[in-house]
Amino acid sequence: MSSTDGTAPPDRPADKKMDLGPVGHLGDRLFAALARGSGGLVVLIVAFVGIFLLALAIPALAKDQSNFLFSRIWEPGGDNPRFGIAALFYTTMISSIIAMAIAVPIAVGVALFTTYYAPKRLASPVSHAIDLLAAVPSIIYGLWAIIFFAPILRPVINGLSDALGWIPLFEKPPTDNVGVVFTASVVLAIMILPVVTAISREIFAQTPTTHREGALALGATRWEMIRMAVLPYGRSGVVSASMLGLGRALGETVAVLIILSVPNGNDPWDPSIFAGGETFASKIANNAAEFDTPEKTGAYIAAGLVLFVVTFLVNSAARLIVARSGPGNKRPRKVRSDKNGADKAAQTEGAAS
Amino acid sequence: MTTLAANKPAYDGTTLDLTGKSGGRAFRNTLATVLIILCFLIALVPLLWILWTVISKGYNLLLDGSWWSESQRGITVRRVGGGAYHAIMGTLIMSLICAVIAVPIAIFGAVYLVEYGKGTRAAKVVSFMIDILTGVPSIVAALFIYAVWITILGLNRVGFAVSLALVLLMLPVVLRSTEEMLKLVPDELREASYALGVPKWKTILKVVVPTAFGGIVTGVMLGLARVMGETAPLLILVGYSKNINLNPFDGFMGALPTMINQDRTELALQPAADRVWAAALTLILLVMLLNILARLVARFSTIKSK
Repeated sequence: MSSTDGTAPPDRPADKKMDLGPVGHLGDRLFAALARGSGGLVVLIVAFVGIFLLALAIPALAKDQSNFLFSRIWEPGGDNPRFGIAALFYTTMISSIIAMAIAVPIAVGVALFTTYYAPKRLASPVSHAIDLLAAVPSIIYGLWAIIFFAPILRPVINGLSDALGWIPLFEKPPTDNVGVVFTASVVLAIMILPVVTAISREIFAQTPTTHREGALALGATRWEMIRMAVLPYGRSGVVSASMLGLGRALGETVAVLIILSVPNGNDPWDPSIFAGGETFASKIANNAAEFDTPEKTGAYIAAGLVLFVVTFLVNSAARLIVARSGPGNKRPRKVRSDKNGADKAAQTEGAAS
Repeated sequence: MTTLAANKPAYDGTTLDLTGKSGGRAFRNTLATVLIILCFLIALVPLLWILWTVISKGYNLLLDGSWWSESQRGITVRRVGGGAYHAIMGTLIMSLICAVIAVPIAIFGAVYLVEYGKGTRAAKVVSFMIDILTGVPSIVAALFIYAVWITILGLNRVGFAVSLALVLLMLPVVLRSTEEMLKLVPDELREASYALGVPKWKTILKVVVPTAFGGIVTGVMLGLARVMGETAPLLILVGYSKNINLNPFDGFMGALPTMINQDRTELALQPAADRVWAAALTLILLVMLLNILARLVARFSTIKSK
């Protein structure tokens, strides 16, 4: 039709395009718009989480009479609100780091067991059993821990504090309560175990057969094969799995809320892991009933924002570790397969949890 | 390699020693095996212990018909009786609303990543944001909804607000698993469809998604299982009600996690303790059932060609 004026290119006549063009054109555009919209929505949601928390935290922070980052006081109410996150930050970090230190070696052991030790028939049910640990709701962990598990940890705590009590970190607290940071850490370790195990397992299973058989053919024992082939191959994956586990532990709320005993307001601050305390998450959840004025709410939202930023950094670090072991390394061939392994595991992590 | 060579018994020139593992190496190998099996056993202990505790303490009330049909209306911590109907319904309603919102976004998001945005910079940004969303703690998601729903919009604490917070937690789980499944669909299927003149959107709707359907269902179930056990959003965004309330837009609502939380400080009283463990068992049953169903669906619907 329009080709009568001679402007259309000769190799693509306009009427030929009409034959295929209109089929489902509207549907295609609609569908593409929906898909792009959903992708955009995800980006918007994450951006909004940051923006809205910041917007509500800033007015409260402006009225804060003490140093938000370095003060240990938390009195957000009244005309002269004074609040700082130092104590919360300390308890959150120390409990999660101890949890990670306990969970990672065991998780690596379990992952090695299911990939290279357990009989084939047993391996799959065993990994499903460990995955089921992730399915137990956190409130049930908390309940079980404070009633049944914490009393059993008491002798361990006494022993550790007797032996290492001269270090402030392990100092014996005056009271004999069970709801201490150390107990929370052990329970957090149990809770992040399935995540770290699932990712490590995924990566160990991807160790190239040639590496493993090469080691065995040289006369290596099974353990030597694992040390020479499997562990070096999976190292960056395990590190990134640990960081993801750490991120999980940092944000865990209800189990920690149930376990940790809240220190008395008048008590001096106690850095010991054998004392009570509050993490960001447990502090916020514990005081949900107090969100009555915008200033008070703002203080808790500011604490939540810090938690968001910390978990963001930890999770980004985990992804970065995966990405950094990319090109430019001394051993490009192995490193490239490292990256693939870790990527795949990072993707399955969502489903595994 | 060098350590291995150093550890090898020296060849004495007369016999070729193939059996020779020095005592030290054999010992280290055995030690590692023992430690690794020990790790596994240690990991199993809490699982079995928790399951045993919850089942042995909670099963009694579950056998009673009223547990499934009555609420806790008018029942104090010292009194026996009542059921968990209000809490079960609350949990189901809030998580189903969450699924209704989250699943379409997740599926379209995954379709975007696999079918439309593949390899583009925008898709990388979206993918990164999903990773971030995966790591958002539930308490932060709850605070965000609190900020929007209650502080800014001035609305009340209701069940629907909880559903919105749960969407943030469910979305990345379902999206990632759907993406994995869509990636597994062989390109030959798409090409065959295009060759027949089927437009892209119909190809996705009638060929790609149905092929990956089992995997998508698995992801949805795992996502549901994750949000059902969440407690933090419930604590902040809705009050606990002992009465039956099926309206997510008005009033407080019971839920299994908050039912546990409500009485957990009264465990010295037998009726309260019984109810707490029974509610815990009900919650575990719901979550585990979803997990096991999800794995069954996954097993019977894996895409064969890859």
